[in-house]
Amino acid sequence: MKRFVFWRSAQALVVLIIVSIIVFSILHFLPGSPARAYLGVKATPGAIRQFNIENGYNRSLPVQYWLYVDHLLHGNLGFSYHFDQSVSSLLKMDLPKSALLVGLSYVLALVIAIPVGIVQALRRGTLLDHSLTTVSFVGYSMPTFWLGMLLIVLFSVQLHVLPSEGPQGAGVGAVLQDPRGLVLPVLTLTIVTVAQFSRFVRSSAIDTLLEDFVRTAVAKGVSKRGLVMRHLLRNSLLPVVTLIGLSLPNVLSGAIIVEALFNYPGMGWLFWTAATARDYATLMGFTIVVGAATVIGNLIADVVYAAMDPRIRYQSR
Amino acid sequence: MSTSDAFGSSDELAKQVTNPDLERTSLAPQASSSPSKSPLRRAVRDFAHNRMGMTGLSIIIFMLLFSYVGPAIYRTNQITTNIFKITLPPSAHYPLGTDAVGYNVLGRLMVAGQSSLEVGFAAAAIAAIFGTLWGATAGYLGGRVDSAMMRVVDSFLAIPSLLLVLLLTSFVTPSVATMILILGSISWLATARLVRGEVLVLRTLEYIQAAEGLGQRAWQVVTRHLVRNVVGTVAVQATFEVANAILLLAALSFLGLGPAPPAANWGGMLTDGLNYLFDGYWWLIYPAGICIVLTVVAFNLVGDAVRDAMELRLQR
Repeated sequence: MKRFVFWRSAQALVVLIIVSIIVFSILHFLPGSPARAYLGVKATPGAIRQFNIENGYNRSLPVQYWLYVDHLLHGNLGFSYHFDQSVSSLLKMDLPKSALLVGLSYVLALVIAIPVGIVQALRRGTLLDHSLTTVSFVGYSMPTFWLGMLLIVLFSVQLHVLPSEGPQGAGVGAVLQDPRGLVLPVLTLTIVTVAQFSRFVRSSAIDTLLEDFVRTAVAKGVSKRGLVMRHLLRNSLLPVVTLIGLSLPNVLSGAIIVEALFNYPGMGWLFWTAATARDYATLMGFTIVVGAATVIGNLIADVVYAAMDPRIRYQSR
Repeated sequence: MSTSDAFGSSDELAKQVTNPDLERTSLAPQASSSPSKSPLRRAVRDFAHNRMGMTGLSIIIFMLLFSYVGPAIYRTNQITTNIFKITLPPSAHYPLGTDAVGYNVLGRLMVAGQSSLEVGFAAAAIAAIFGTLWGATAGYLGGRVDSAMMRVVDSFLAIPSLLLVLLLTSFVTPSVATMILILGSISWLATARLVRGEVLVLRTLEYIQAAEGLGQRAWQVVTRHLVRNVVGTVAVQATFEVANAILLLAALSFLGLGPAPPAANWGGMLTDGLNYLFDGYWWLIYPAGICIVLTVVAFNLVGDAVRDAMELRLQR
């Protein structure tokens, strides 16, 4: 097991390096240069050359990449010309707010989706199953921004119970002081995520119910409660562990939409603003941080999976 | 072989998802009700008896007819704007009113449907083919090749799809073709991972060892035996990918990076309509949203029905 954890961590490191190369290449080959973005379209060639020399953009690609990695390792994510701040200070300010939004939605989604999916599998083919499936399909099939707008129309415009804008505070503390503003963004993201997760739990549980050990358990007269708690839940939730790791980027994608829609000042909103302003440093910083979070999330998921299910034989090299 | 094209008719669909020598049959208890029928026929029958699956299939066929045959019957001008007829409420002449620049909304829904469906189908087809080959190859070869191939997948998966798409769209002028390429190039990752996972299990089974023992080459084992047995997983995943591509296209339009007018897609129409939420112009808000939801739901229903129809162990 130790060996597995070691090799799996080494893999994660390789993935991180590939992610940084992908991000570096995409942003490097984008049309328009940082010099143009910062100095404007009327900048003279001389000014652009000067800017490139000052910022190291005249060096060869591998050197630029190496300088970038060196900065990363020292915690320096670059400087945003658009926001006139270092990227790490931007992230320090906005990351916790996104983590709060995404974390709350994740936990709520799991708490709702697991029982719903299990019940659907146990009552497979009944009216209840079909109704829940339909509801989750509709939730999953709605464009996130449309779902959010419909919630705004219902709760803000018609019922006047919740604000249509996310909390505007500078830090997590300030955000938490406006819990009412947090409700609609979290609700939007939760509904979308529950719809995805419950569908997955349902099919996973159906697969488990077909296993021989379930038939054996039933034949031995295990109570329904025992069957669900001891056999079904444990085995059906194994794939869900992987799903949690894998779906982090999806949920973050949802967070970009939700933050743009509700004007919630988190990382998603920051990224969207940076994308429209071609703010290279911020885009790279955001992508690297999200990539690292996902890679570590997947690593933990895989280690948990291997620990929970000895049948999975990983080749450690 | 394009998995997503198969959703056109139930016959084709069944061909995709079952094959007579599906090796699982021998492992599963034989279906007692109709031993004479082939697994293909049984799957078609099961699918035809699945009300939700048939509902989904009907919706998809309706949307295809609506988008492609509709404009031939109901002709509207979707190129030039008409600023004297903006945001008109539904009337006899304009069954779903007009939008902010005077386009007939019903006619525009049809044209927009073409883009949305084309992007969805084509991106899913790319994802299914490429993802299957990538995943099956990695899973079957194993070892270092598997590690290297899966690390590439992991790296792309670690970057949120919307973020990748946002980066890539700033390269190109958004059009249906570029959207297909961009969405297709990021949609194969999940398929590759799922297929690889299944192949890891499949390759330990006796019939793969038998095939190897009979002297079949690696590519023969992958294409003849492994790919066939993961077709179900891929078909179900492809329905997700069609849906995802349509939703991602909508998300891009919301963020202002979708194809520009006069090109239309449902997501773009919806985004335009959102400006009028507070004015009560419901015909700009609900029809396009309902089209997206119906289509995406339909693909998911078909996917589930396919999954159930080919799950031989479920048959009584």
